[in-house]
Amino acid sequence: MPPSDALPHAVVVAKDFLAPKVTRYVISAPDIARRRRPGQFVIVRLHEGGERIPLTIADGDPAKGTITLIVQEVGKSTAEMAHLIRAGDSFADVVGPLGMPTHIGKFGRILAVGGGIGVAPLHPIAQGMHKAGNHVVGILGARTKDLLIMEEEMRRACDSVRIVTDDGSYGEKGLVTDAIRAETEASGKADLCVAIGPLIMMRETAKVTAMLGIKTLVSLNPVMVDGTGMCGGCRVTVNGESKFVCVDGPEFDGHGVDFDELLRRQRFYVPQERSTYETFLREHDHEPKDCKLRRMEAAATDKDSP
Amino acid sequence: MTTNNERPASPATPPIELPEHGEPKISNKDRMAIPRQPIAEQPAAERVNNFFEVALGYDQKTARIEALRCIQCKKPLCIDGCPVGINIPGFIKKIAEGDFEAGIGILKQDNVLPAICGRVCPQEEQCEKVCTVGKKNPPVAIGRLERFLADWERETGKMTPIVPAASTGKKVAIVGAGPAGLTAAADLARLGHDVTIFEALHRPGGVLVYGIPEFRLPKKIVEIEVNMLKKAGVKLHNSVVIGQTIPVEELRDTYDAIFVATGAGLPYFMNIPGENLNGIYSANEYLTRVNLMRAYDFPSADTPVAKSENVAVIGGGNVAMDSARTAKRLGAKNVYNVYRRTRVEMPARLEEIHHAEEEGIQFTFLHNPIRYEGDKDGRVKKAICQVMKLGEPDASGRRRPVPTDEVLELDVDTVVVAIGNGPNPLVPRTTEGLKTKKWGNILAERSSGRTSLKGVWAGGDIVLGAATVILAMGAGRAAARSIQQYLTTGEWPEPTLDS
Repeated sequence: MPPSDALPHAVVVAKDFLAPKVTRYVISAPDIARRRRPGQFVIVRLHEGGERIPLTIADGDPAKGTITLIVQEVGKSTAEMAHLIRAGDSFADVVGPLGMPTHIGKFGRILAVGGGIGVAPLHPIAQGMHKAGNHVVGILGARTKDLLIMEEEMRRACDSVRIVTDDGSYGEKGLVTDAIRAETEASGKADLCVAIGPLIMMRETAKVTAMLGIKTLVSLNPVMVDGTGMCGGCRVTVNGESKFVCVDGPEFDGHGVDFDELLRRQRFYVPQERSTYETFLREHDHEPKDCKLRRMEAAATDKDSP
Repeated sequence: MTTNNERPASPATPPIELPEHGEPKISNKDRMAIPRQPIAEQPAAERVNNFFEVALGYDQKTARIEALRCIQCKKPLCIDGCPVGINIPGFIKKIAEGDFEAGIGILKQDNVLPAICGRVCPQEEQCEKVCTVGKKNPPVAIGRLERFLADWERETGKMTPIVPAASTGKKVAIVGAGPAGLTAAADLARLGHDVTIFEALHRPGGVLVYGIPEFRLPKKIVEIEVNMLKKAGVKLHNSVVIGQTIPVEELRDTYDAIFVATGAGLPYFMNIPGENLNGIYSANEYLTRVNLMRAYDFPSADTPVAKSENVAVIGGGNVAMDSARTAKRLGAKNVYNVYRRTRVEMPARLEEIHHAEEEGIQFTFLHNPIRYEGDKDGRVKKAICQVMKLGEPDASGRRRPVPTDEVLELDVDTVVVAIGNGPNPLVPRTTEGLKTKKWGNILAERSSGRTSLKGVWAGGDIVLGAATVILAMGAGRAAARSIQQYLTTGEWPEPTLDS
C-alpha cells in the first residue's frame, strides 16, 4: 500500500526546465512508483478531450510515491504540458507502469547510449545494470551543449562517460556512433548495448553495433492509443514479425527492428499534429522576452552550464 | 426526421382501442393480424452525416400494440433462447397492459442493463429466433420492447436505485468495467458486498464505450448505468491496469473475491505483406480513436484519425459493420466491406448489415485481402484481394471460402481490419497459477466462472474469446452467484476447467 502521507494520484509535485523545450515533471503516483521498473512507461492524459500520451518513466521514488517524467515539447499536448501545467496542478490520468521492464542482469561490459532526452529513460537502466555488477560505459549525445541532459546523474550511474555533440560545443564533436566506434577501438567489443533516443539515432546505432557484433536493445516510442494491447496502433516489425510495442516491448532487439517502417508510421499524423501545434502556439503567442516560460528555460540552461 | 423504413413494407395495423389500464379485449385472430411494428429510424441520408442514434425507439402506443402480438405461450421458448433467461412473456404482458413500471421490474430481475441489451443483443439469434409467433409471422420484437421499457424508465426518471442489502463486510474486486464486470458489480452490490471495480482505460464501459459507436449505443446510457452502480456504493478506479499497476496476487491480499473480466483486447491481424502501412488500422484502434477519444471532433479533441476517401473494412461481423458505418460518418466517399464469404454467412446482425446497406456501404463478398501496396509516404493505396468461392462447410457449419486465381485491386487510402480479437495478455501473464488455454484465454468453469486460483473468477471475452455483450453479462451474473456462495459458505470445490 502507498505511504499514508502520499499526495493524491496524478498531482504535479514539481516541474522544472532542463533544457530548451525539455521539462521535468515529478508526479505523485504512489502505486506506479512502487511497481515501476527501468524501461517501463506511463500514459498521461492532461484533461478531458486530451490525447493519451505515452511517456517513458525516467525515475521513481517509492518512498515519496512519485515518478519523474522528462518530456520534450514536440506537439500540442506536450506544449500544453510545458506552458500551462504548473506544480500543484493535476493531470486527468496517469496510468502505468506499462510495457515490460528491461531485463537487468549480469552481462559484462555495457554501452548505455542515450541521444537527446533518451538519456532520461536510459538513466535508471544504467543504474540498474551498474548495480547488477556490470561495467557500464555511458555514451551521451546531443545536437548541442544546451540540449544535453542528466550528465551528472549519468556520471554517477556509469563507470565512465563519453559525450558527443553534433556541433562540437561540448565533449567530442560527432555522433554517438563515432563514440561507439572509438570506445570499441579503445576497450574492445562490449557485451551489450542499450540505446535510447530519436529513431534515427537508434537506427544508426543498431547499424554500427551490428557491424561490430554487439547485441543491442532499443526502446521504442511509437504512436499509441491505449497502451494495454488493445489497439495495435503501436505495431512494429521485429525480425519479420509484427509486435505490439505496448505489451511486447517497449524494448526490442535493435538489429531486428524495421526502423524505416517505424519512421513512416511515426510521421502519419504529422500534418494534423503540426496544425494543432501551430494553432496552440498562435493562441499562446507572446514575445519571447515576455514569456515566463522562456525566461525559466533560459535560467535553467544558465544554471546547468558547467 | 423520423421515418418508417422497415422492409418489406408491413401490412397496416388494424385499429385497436387501448384502454389506459389493462389489455384491450382482442380476439386471437385479431392478435395474429397485427403486423410487427416498425421502429422509427433516422433516414439514411441524414444519419450518415451524424453520430446520433439510428433507431429511435417505440412510443408507448406502438410498444403496447407490438406487445399484443405476444401470445403468452404456456411453455415460452423465448426464455430458453435468452442467455440470461429473462421472463420475456411476463414483461411483455405488462407492456400490453400499459403497466410499464411493473414491466421494467420484471425485466430487471434478470437483466440489470436492459437499455444496453435492448440495443445491442442479437435477438434474431436468441429470443426472437425461437419465438412461437415467428413460426408463421415475423417474431415479436422482443429487443425493441426491452429497449422501450428501459428507455421509458430512464426518460421518466423512474429508475429504481440498486438497494444494497445490509453490509456483509466482504470485499470484492472486479477487473474491467465492461458488460461482464458491470453486471457482476450490480449483483454483488445488491447482496451487500463492498465492490471495487478497476478499469484500465480512463472511462468505464469497456467495449460499450470504446467499441460500439454512439449511433448504435449512446454513451450517455452507459454513463447512467455506471452512475447507478456508484450510487449503490460501488467504487470505481479508472486508469488502473491490473497486472501492471497492481498484480492480481496483491488484490488477493486485500479482497475476499476477485472477478477478472478484462475482455478480448488484443486485435488480430492477417499477417499479410503491407499490413503495417499507414492508414491500416485494427477495428479496435479505429473505433477507439473515434468513440473513446472522439477523433470525429478533432481538433477540438486532441486525438486524430485518418482522413479517408476510400476505405476497405475487412471482416463480416458487427465490428466490421460498426467500422464501415463509422468511416462513412467521418466523410469517406467509398466504403467497401471486404468479406471472404457471402452475405448469408456474415456473422453480423441482419439489422446492422441492413443499416450498412442503406448507408451506402459497398459489399465486396467473396474477396480476401492478400497484400497491400503503399505510396511513397508509406500510406496504403491498394488492397489486393483474392477472389474466393464457397466450398464445403467447415467446423462452424458455414461454407468454407476457397481461393481462386483471380484478384481484384481496390484503390483505398484506409483499411480497417475487423477479423476479431484475442484475449488481453496482461492479467494472465502476470498472474502465477492462473491457468489459460493455448491462446491465452483464462480457463474458467462454465457454470460458475471459478478459475484455477482460489478466490479468483473470470468471465466474458477473456474466457469465451470474442463473443457478445449479453454472454458477457450472463458470465458476470453467474460469477456473482458463485462468489456469493463462496463468501457465505467459504467452500471452494475443485472447478471443472477442461471445457
